[in-house]
Amino acid sequence: MPKVPGLFKGLGVTLGTFARTVTQGANTVQYPHEKETPPIRSRGVIALHEGNCTSCMLCARSCPDWCIYIEGHKELAPPRRAGGKPRQVNMLDRFDIDYALCMYCGICVDVCPFDALFWSPEYEYSEPSIADMLHDKVKLGEWMETVPEAPELEVGADKKGKK
Amino acid sequence: MNTASLIIAEVPYWGQSLLRVLGGLVAVLLPAGTIVYLFLFKMMSFMQSRLGPMEAGPYGSMQLFAEVGKWLQKEDIYPARADKFIFKLAPLIVLASTFLLVVVVPFGPDAWFTNFEAGIFYALAVSSVSVLGILIAGWSSANKYSLLGGLRAAGQLIAYELPMVLAVIGVVIQAGTMNLQGIVLAQNSGSMFGFDGLGNPYVLTQFVGFVIFMISVQAELTQAPFDMPVAESELVSGYMTEYSGFRFLIFFIGEFATAGVFAMIASVLFLGGWAVPFSWFGWTTMDSVDNWMNFAGPLILFTKMMVIMFLVMWVRFSYPRLREDQLQRFAWKVLIPISLVNIMLTAILKVAF
Repeated sequence: MPKVPGLFKGLGVTLGTFARTVTQGANTVQYPHEKETPPIRSRGVIALHEGNCTSCMLCARSCPDWCIYIEGHKELAPPRRAGGKPRQVNMLDRFDIDYALCMYCGICVDVCPFDALFWSPEYEYSEPSIADMLHDKVKLGEWMETVPEAPELEVGADKKGKK
Repeated sequence: MNTASLIIAEVPYWGQSLLRVLGGLVAVLLPAGTIVYLFLFKMMSFMQSRLGPMEAGPYGSMQLFAEVGKWLQKEDIYPARADKFIFKLAPLIVLASTFLLVVVVPFGPDAWFTNFEAGIFYALAVSSVSVLGILIAGWSSANKYSLLGGLRAAGQLIAYELPMVLAVIGVVIQAGTMNLQGIVLAQNSGSMFGFDGLGNPYVLTQFVGFVIFMISVQAELTQAPFDMPVAESELVSGYMTEYSGFRFLIFFIGEFATAGVFAMIASVLFLGGWAVPFSWFGWTTMDSVDNWMNFAGPLILFTKMMVIMFLVMWVRFSYPRLREDQLQRFAWKVLIPISLVNIMLTAILKVAF
């Protein structure tokens, strides 16, 4: 018996939501027709800045489900100063992320020592075939255009880099 | 004899049978489809602040056809250790009980399938046949969840059959007849304390009976908060677990068609059925009712059914599931004593007035 007022209150809540949805519209959006912009720093897709990548394999090794595939080879580049030895550089042959496996933990982005990986809020890249979820380095490079500008550092933040 | 019965009399027997079958299909499937679209798809979504199906047809009104098409495409699977004959029979029994139930519902002064003298008695008896279908569906699936769901359904439907019958007895005492047509007549030609502008709808004079009847209907239809037999989160849909495709569709239609027919019976018992209060048009007996009520009657009954269904679905979407022991305790310790007292009071008042 003491529960009876609560029962009617519950009925009132659902009826109130019903009336609000009819008069003011739903809280949801009809996705393919209208789209909500995700927050600017949301984790949609990982973009690759190929020029920064040294194929150090840190990201591939730290990936929890091994969804990053990297292949590279070493090349000799001309010396920096005249008369010096030719430098050895790592050339990137293959950089694939399998988004069918990726769980969007972001460890690869955090671990990259050379700022080659970035988060982008882009999310509409589902495919009819699961094999197409493997993005190669060209496609990952194209995502770079959607990467937002890094936010300003806070006042007094310790700025890394050359002193 | 008025014109409608004359028209019927000129149709040959096979034509009458065909008309009755078509009428039965319409009376079962049309309410079921409307209930599923209006309440299950739309009202439930609105109560959760979303829009529900919007793509198939205008405002998603063709969604049900899409769903039926999907179910028809699916493979007809049955478990390897299932009792195949009984497994296939079970959904048909559930659906058959719905069709047997609709035959006693009166839709107008002459628009009925059969006019039993013991109509409401027959309806309550036949409605329990669906328990058999559910029980053998749970048993023949060779699945412990299904068996548990089937047994829960049996226990629940038997427990709530009783308060339902007892709630109806109050109406039967007040109307003085078990014939549904007679109950409609008694309500609409009656009067409350000399005022006959509303007739005597039993929802007002038998309000306790109405509440008990609606709670029992909720449980008989296994709608939340009494949906332990299907309990998708704990029993993975109970007795329906192993059914797919067409057989699942039959269960689904059976569930909501039975809901519609029960709502029709509830509106006949408590809201005055197909009729409007007879004093509005100066009618006094069943024979003096104008012929156009044969066409307006089904629409009036349909409207009243929708009101009842709104209540059922509103409760369904608002409350969480009860526990099995709470369910049984509620039926045996609360509903049955109250309905017994209700019968006693009704009998005393009937004699007193």
